[in-house]
Amino acid sequence: MRTEHQSLIFELSKPGRVGYSIPELDVPEINVESIIPSDYLRTEEADLPEVSELQIVRHYTALSNRNHGVDSGFYPLGSCTMKYNPKINEDVARFPGFAHIHPLQDEDTVQGAMEMMYRLQTSLAEITGMDEVTLQPAAGAHGEWTGLMMIRAYHEANGDFNRTKVIVPDSAHGTNPASATVAGFESITVKSDERGLVDLEDLKRVVDQDVAALMLTNPNTLGLFEEHILEMAKIVHEAGGKLYYDGANANAILGFARPGDMGFDVVHLNLHKTFTGPHGGGGPGSGPVGVKADLIPFLPKPVLVKEDDLYKFEYDRPQSIGRVKPFYGNFGINVRAFTYIMTMGPDGLHQVSENAVLNANYMMRRLEPHFDLPFTQHCKHEFVLSGRRQKKLGVRTLDIAKRLLDFGYHPPTIYFPLSVEEAIMIEPTETESKETLDEFIEKMIQISKEAEETPELVQEAPHTTVVKRLDEATAARKPILKYTKQV
Amino acid sequence: MTFRYLPMTDQDKKEMLETIGIETTEDLFQDIPEEVRFKGRLQIEEALSEPQLVKEMGRLAALNKNTKDHASFLGAGVYDHYTPSIVNHMLLRSEFYTAYTPYQPEISQGELQAIFEFQTMICELTGMDVANSSMYDGGTALAEAGLLSAAQTRRKKIVVSKSVHPESRAVLHTYAKGQHLEVVEVDTDNGMTSVDSLRAEVDEETACVIVQYPNFFGQIEPLKEIEEIVHNVKGMFVVSSNPLALGALTPPGKFGADIVVGDAQPFGIAQGFGGPHCGYFAVTTKLMRKVPGRLVGQTVDEDGKRGFVLTLQAREQHIRRDKATSNICSNQALNALAASIAMTALGKQGVKEVAHQNIQKAHYAKKVLEEKGFKIAFTGPFFNEFVIELKCTAKEVNRKLLESGIIGGYDLGLSYSELKNHMLLAVTEMRTKEEIDQLANVLEGLACVQNISH
Ligand SMILES: Cc1ncc(COP(=O)(O)O)c(C=O)c1O
Repeated sequence: MRTEHQSLIFELSKPGRVGYSIPELDVPEINVESIIPSDYLRTEEADLPEVSELQIVRHYTALSNRNHGVDSGFYPLGSCTMKYNPKINEDVARFPGFAHIHPLQDEDTVQGAMEMMYRLQTSLAEITGMDEVTLQPAAGAHGEWTGLMMIRAYHEANGDFNRTKVIVPDSAHGTNPASATVAGFESITVKSDERGLVDLEDLKRVVDQDVAALMLTNPNTLGLFEEHILEMAKIVHEAGGKLYYDGANANAILGFARPGDMGFDVVHLNLHKTFTGPHGGGGPGSGPVGVKADLIPFLPKPVLVKEDDLYKFEYDRPQSIGRVKPFYGNFGINVRAFTYIMTMGPDGLHQVSENAVLNANYMMRRLEPHFDLPFTQHCKHEFVLSGRRQKKLGVRTLDIAKRLLDFGYHPPTIYFPLSVEEAIMIEPTETESKETLDEFIEKMIQISKEAEETPELVQEAPHTTVVKRLDEATAARKPILKYTKQV
Repeated sequence: MTFRYLPMTDQDKKEMLETIGIETTEDLFQDIPEEVRFKGRLQIEEALSEPQLVKEMGRLAALNKNTKDHASFLGAGVYDHYTPSIVNHMLLRSEFYTAYTPYQPEISQGELQAIFEFQTMICELTGMDVANSSMYDGGTALAEAGLLSAAQTRRKKIVVSKSVHPESRAVLHTYAKGQHLEVVEVDTDNGMTSVDSLRAEVDEETACVIVQYPNFFGQIEPLKEIEEIVHNVKGMFVVSSNPLALGALTPPGKFGADIVVGDAQPFGIAQGFGGPHCGYFAVTTKLMRKVPGRLVGQTVDEDGKRGFVLTLQAREQHIRRDKATSNICSNQALNALAASIAMTALGKQGVKEVAHQNIQKAHYAKKVLEEKGFKIAFTGPFFNEFVIELKCTAKEVNRKLLESGIIGGYDLGLSYSELKNHMLLAVTEMRTKEEIDQLANVLEGLACVQNISH
């Protein structure tokens, strides 16, 4: 990483420079004022930068040098499944027949794209054990909302209008309760027990006739498999509720267990986690949703079907919740996910989860002597340490994370789930080698020693990054959200 | 079989199992109850080697008619525009595309600064004070603008013009249902929001009025009149805008818009069968703390050096959970980067020039079609799209056009029952005079449209 001052693109701007090239207008020019009312013609130009092509290239190259991705180094960010993003996926997604097709072309001119989508949705249905899958949702949270809207439509179709509650565990991701709110539900929290699993007694207590659904991640956000899943399903189903599976952690169970077989009625997957869609610095993702047969009528429109050898978008779905997104989802991410599934096949995907779980358990056992481990059973694809031992020495989890930056790592997820004090959530993924894990473990052990011997070294970290710790309080108190030219 | 993405060797596995103190990896899965253990082999397609994979995906791609090999006049919300070559080169810097959300600002300054620049450029184009770091797409951004308006005004009625993109309206209906909001659609007159109908619908219960500028038919809505109607009842004025058009048109901010949304797809983002694209969301300062999604702010580090962070996070799901302003988490960051690079390359001069070329070319196309006797359905001012009337179905016409290497326009009969046999044509800067003339000639020659009276 380079540490010198980095200009904003606007600060490089000089009147008269250009970075583009389009042909001269080749049609007879007419006076725009004769066709557009003058009030609607822009008079003050948008103050976009004026820079040359090389300046642009240098600028974004410099910015990329101030950023850390999976290709830069280990990225054990729990819950995010930061696995390798295959290069072939990027090539395939850029094939003109995928990248340069319009969503409203006649269906007979895009049969290849539709076949790809159909084969992907069929594969995902098999992988999750569901009956049908829609590829429309743009990300995990969007999938959650879509799924909850379907559950609502299902209850209402049964004349059941009083199911106002969605239950989420205290360890749930923030999008779960937020999606429940957007879908018009009230969210109710169910507690975890001392083993980090949903407390069955508490679940029985909160489940009643008002419950529309229970949302669950399994393995949960502590990386632990909810062993009592069948009993939980029974409790919820007997009360007339539905079971929603947040698939953010599906990387643990590919070919080992399927949400459809656990009693889940609706599932979303994060193709940008489990199925190698690159995170892109925050997106785009893709959050397909799978459902059991009784929810199929409520799938968002349009539904992609195959008739004889022709693929078709079906719009005549009277019970559908409607559209959740223009067009057909984040197709480009779906192309990448399908390319990945075709690379791995059934045996490869099984091995993915096996190796992901083995990597996580190996790290967990090696770190266990040095950090508190609140839940000691085998984990799945990730595990959560607590930094409370180090906190007593004045070194917080945030400090540990910042110290890891000095060693060229992206830190684990911190302070999530909220149910663990000073949480450090580590997810190595299956694409990392044992050497990489060992090096990281050594650095973690070194930091735990530093916490005892030279705490200020950790407290003042990072020492090697392009900027030091940033003043977030002032950023929020006096927000500067865009560049303003100094005059 | 070995897999190139999986580095674990038998020796590694043995050592790791020893460290854990177990015999086989199966032991790690004992917590999955027997009854739910998947014992079969997933019935999905067998793995392909890299060359086989390229061949198969190439076969699928080749089945699609693409807009590189065909002259496209299809728009309707997704456009074929000039993308500077550098956009893709910069996007492939893998420090950008293989990164997660910039939660650790010290090693994410590149992404954070790029988003800060994106926010600035969106504000410049729309004439608004604050823009967020992106939404999934223009449709969900529009729906969230409806939800924000309802929350802000504590009113339950959303008024939307029928000249707003039909798919965005459909998404709005779905979101509104979740929140128990009422959506009222206002009729059009001559392909524009009927100001009289709008006036009749808007009342003290109205949370917002949503219009599109230029609208779905390409026409330039009378934002000035509409603004008065909605602000008279203290509702929110929401405008959905093609940001490229704002290179030539007066920005909605100047007309008093409270929220401006849209899709940045015209800037360097591939049509890609409809996604991923890049929704944007811009507001006045007053609504800054109500915006959905991520915002990047400028600050300083411990040494006083300028830096950027995610900010005002108290609005977001990971802090506020069920009280968050939206459930959005992952957004479209990489496409916001693409749009930033394209906006930068076009720059102050290019955005204006490209927007004006769109106006000129579309008006030229309208003129030659008119000269050939085609009826132009609406007479309002327009940007780069307009509607022609046909004597037969758009589907038939498009099939014929395709034989001449042309991807024709959008069949408006699909979403407007009163507009059967009407076609929405988009003419961007990418279309040459020759292609436009060819479109007109082929259309003229078609048996099914020939009998239109001259
Ligand atoms: C457990 C869990 N659920 C849901 C989500 C939301 O997914 P997305 O960011 O794709 O909306 C995440 C992602 O951070 C997650 O980790």
